Amino acid sequence: MNKQVTGIPFNQAWIDEIRINLSAALRRVDTLKSRRTVKKTHQAAWLLKAVSMIDLTTLSGDDTQGRVRRLCLKAANPVRKDILQALGFEQKLTTGAVCVYHEMIAPAVKALEGTGIPVAAVSTGFPAGLSPFKLRLEEIKASVQEGASEIDIVISRRHVLTGNWALLYDELCAFKEACGDAHMKSILAVGQLGSMTKVAKASMTAMMAGSDFIKTSTGMEAVNATLPVSLIMIRMIREFYQRTGQKVGYKPAGGISQAKDALHYLIMIKEELGEGWLNPEYFRFGASSLLNDIERQLEHHVTGRYSASYRHPLA
Amino acid sequence: MNITEIFNNMSYGDAPEAADYVHKWLAKHKEGFKLYSGGKWIQTGAKIPSYNPATGEKLGDIAAASKEDVDRAVKDAAAAHKIWSALSDHARAKHLYRLTRLIQKTARFIAVLETLDNGKTIRETRDIDIPLAARHFSHHAGWAQIASSEFPDHHSIGVVGQIIPWNFPFLMLAWKIAPALAAGNTVVLKPAESTSLTAVFFAELCEEAGLPAGVVNIITGAGDTGSFIVNHKDIKKIAFTGSTAVGKNIRRATAGTGKKLTLELGGKSPFIVFDDADLDAAVEGLVDAIWFNQGQVCCAGSRLLVEESVEERLIEKIKARLKNFKIGSPLDKSMDMGAIIDQKQLRRIQDMVKAGQEEGAEIWQADCTLPEKGCFYPPTLVTGAGSDNILMREEIFGPVLTVMSFRSVSEAVLLANNTLYGLSASIYSENINRALECSNMVKAGIVWVNTTNQFDAACGFGGVKESGFGREGAKEGMYEYLTLKSGAAAKAVKSKSSKNSKNVIGIDRTAKNYVGGKQARPDGGNTVLVHAHDGRAVGRVGEGSRKDIRNAVEAAVKQTSWAAETAYNRAQILYYIAENLSVRADEFIRKLVDYTGVSETAAREEFDLSISRLFTYAAWADKFDGLVHTPPVKNVVLAVNEPVGVVGIICPDEMPLLSFVSLIAPVLAMGNRAVVVPSEAYPLFATDFYQILDTSDLPAGALNIITGSYDALGSTLASHDGVDALWCFTDQEKAAKIEELSADNLKRTFVKNTINWTLSSNASNSGQGTEYLRAATSVKNIWLPYGD
Repeated sequence: MNKQVTGIPFNQAWIDEIRINLSAALRRVDTLKSRRTVKKTHQAAWLLKAVSMIDLTTLSGDDTQGRVRRLCLKAANPVRKDILQALGFEQKLTTGAVCVYHEMIAPAVKALEGTGIPVAAVSTGFPAGLSPFKLRLEEIKASVQEGASEIDIVISRRHVLTGNWALLYDELCAFKEACGDAHMKSILAVGQLGSMTKVAKASMTAMMAGSDFIKTSTGMEAVNATLPVSLIMIRMIREFYQRTGQKVGYKPAGGISQAKDALHYLIMIKEELGEGWLNPEYFRFGASSLLNDIERQLEHHVTGRYSASYRHPLA
Repeated sequence: MNITEIFNNMSYGDAPEAADYVHKWLAKHKEGFKLYSGGKWIQTGAKIPSYNPATGEKLGDIAAASKEDVDRAVKDAAAAHKIWSALSDHARAKHLYRLTRLIQKTARFIAVLETLDNGKTIRETRDIDIPLAARHFSHHAGWAQIASSEFPDHHSIGVVGQIIPWNFPFLMLAWKIAPALAAGNTVVLKPAESTSLTAVFFAELCEEAGLPAGVVNIITGAGDTGSFIVNHKDIKKIAFTGSTAVGKNIRRATAGTGKKLTLELGGKSPFIVFDDADLDAAVEGLVDAIWFNQGQVCCAGSRLLVEESVEERLIEKIKARLKNFKIGSPLDKSMDMGAIIDQKQLRRIQDMVKAGQEEGAEIWQADCTLPEKGCFYPPTLVTGAGSDNILMREEIFGPVLTVMSFRSVSEAVLLANNTLYGLSASIYSENINRALECSNMVKAGIVWVNTTNQFDAACGFGGVKESGFGREGAKEGMYEYLTLKSGAAAKAVKSKSSKNSKNVIGIDRTAKNYVGGKQARPDGGNTVLVHAHDGRAVGRVGEGSRKDIRNAVEAAVKQTSWAAETAYNRAQILYYIAENLSVRADEFIRKLVDYTGVSETAAREEFDLSISRLFTYAAWADKFDGLVHTPPVKNVVLAVNEPVGVVGIICPDEMPLLSFVSLIAPVLAMGNRAVVVPSEAYPLFATDFYQILDTSDLPAGALNIITGSYDALGSTLASHDGVDALWCFTDQEKAAKIEELSADNLKRTFVKNTINWTLSSNASNSGQGTEYLRAATSVKNIWLPYGD
């Protein structure tokens, strides 16, 4: 994981001067898809990179220890060995992390022992973030104690919707302090923020407060990660980096299930943020079914045959 | 590179588009491409080799058409016009629809062929040029279908000559051919000699589509072939896209011929970024503006005008963006830029940049890897250039952006308009008030707000000033390929001798010029005697000279309130002029009888028609609305009718009062300012008229009257760069000279032999109507994408 972001004192002026033109952003996203492409071996290598960036996730009321263990084993061996061999890939390959609810941290930590794969926990009254503030802080601390090295917190959307950036900043600073050595990934729930300008301002506030990552969604909102919202957020990351030298990571989550989509994301990151962000320290996919589709594409690359999903070990 | 290495460096790798099937087609034509004329393939003796600018590889030899070849093609087109124009709207629509579908079915082939021939990237030909070309045919299949009902007063022109450039070969072909065919014309089209291959392929598609022989004739060749087309007497309209220099030559060559003319010429378009803009959006806009098609775009946003407070940040962002630029094989799907069209153009770009540098500009070029072979040039940023720097003033037609800062909206507009050109403008601001105010003030045919280089068949494209005139696309583009049906045959104006002139001695009157709302003695101090029809001296008027025209134009240029006046106010003033004129009915009628010798009935008719005409244009003043176009993107496109500016008017002798009123009224109604040379024979009606203007609240300088000889005054008006349009309704010989002189600043001309000029009838299209209003306006298309 990246070196921790320290954040900066709250700066209202940086928020006020943000200008977002949606139609121009949509055009950029649309044309970027046809401006760059990766083919053949390059495509396979990029897909393997995407695998290494997945936060393999299960966030379900019916999660059990057994379910989480299976997920963790898949995280440690995300692509079938014969496919990796046929590709000639010579490095260790795991997903970026495993992402679970608090109660599932312990089984995940146990199942991942020795793999080096971090456990991420969603927190602060995920997904709505409306539980008592004190309890949300306690929840972070408890998860860190349990062994989560990444905490995916949710922000109070009402602070964004009412334009209370200073309040949002204070809330996130408190969360950051509670995280201690763990990395804080701030979920903005972009589908509930109303406009791209609000998304951009929330991103900037979250970074000022020391978020190590900014993340689009809980996966529970009606609209989750999209390429346009990602463009807006990563441009804020770029702006923050240029102004402070602090490098914040990005995690789109929810709705990314196709290998092709993953490539579009990686191309956008490379073009807008640069290669320095094209690694699991600075970029993650919050996804569950994406891995299976990537594996099928990789098999096609190796065999020239189109694969079926049941031929790949279930997460 | 093995997969592990790629995993670690995340490079893109190559992504070449397959081209083997296109090479097969080229091989089939190894013996040389032919002309397509009258549905037949014609071999020529002379050939011109065609090269791939990215590799230098020869693609084939195109035919070089001779004068005989052009004559044959025009004959074929004329024969076909009889058939084509007689087809039903629906039948023409079906043909255009079939061409649309054929283009779509062969789109990838055309895209690859275009990329090979032109050097532009496959991304652009595949995603922009060819889909837009298909869209043009599709949209115009629609106009064909509804042509009779939408244009009931118009019909096709006949044989149209079209000459297109090398920067968008297939797209320009579509822009030219689709509307011409939709309107019922037949065409003789000459593609640029360096990029003729997709046009030849299009001819194959026409054949496959079963288009009647001779409707589309593709005549390849160089400049001389083009001049055979321009000068052909049976071609009734010329549509040209290309350089301003050649455009001016075409204007001169066609002067006085009555040929309709559309010129899409050069540009040095401003790209304005305000401090409240989304700067990242502006950077991507610039990529689309000046690094699209290697900057070889007539409407390229080549002058970046940026508010001083954000200049530094924007330049940093541009440089950072350009560091990611990929330049190389145009057939690679991941390229940002491909090849410049040829060595000559490449050298021109290099020389101009060098000259700009010598004039003090700083040159920054992205550190991109360029291919060793072929014509490539890196994206270039020019800073520190003065407003007289060659890179600020002249069209480069290459990937070179020149930057200048400004401090306010008004300064931005001033700098934006400080150019000979007026094709397009891009405006970046998140403040809708500011953006629309600026859109209104920039002199351009197309304005893009928070976007740039957007094109669509449903929206008009074309410029003002030395960027040319005429529009392509949309309803405004259709009118360029239509002509008015002739109304009632012109009644000869009989000069009946009046019974006797009343020999009453009145008080002597002093007719002067009328400049800036004041009566002004002619600069030279001389007057000329004015005679009645029977030779009697009836008074004296000032003998206007060059200097009087100069003063009048200056007064008109300074008059800025009239265009800003509400249309309602302009209407009221025209009504008021009519009212004040009607008070003097008896006097004017008596003078018409006395001076011109018409009967009293005829004089009364002329007078009544003059009043009626003022009413007509007062009525139109707030009704000649623009349109809201509907391109297939989330956008509002406002097609606004703007006044042309300062219009020179040269009135004929025929029906001197009515012709004077018929010409000034539409010009004033649309918010133009006028400098009028009244009838040389009967100028006294005009000098009597200015007293009416004085009492009608017309702002000073909106209408200026200079009496004197046509030859001296007309030539001065035509060669005055401050005059934006010239209406000349005297005889054809004079009109020809006027049109020729007008070429120097490409002022729009409006002459009698291109329209229906039947004064003596009150029919809606006789000596009045929307044709006059179109001549008095130019359409500005303002693109407003929206979303939040």
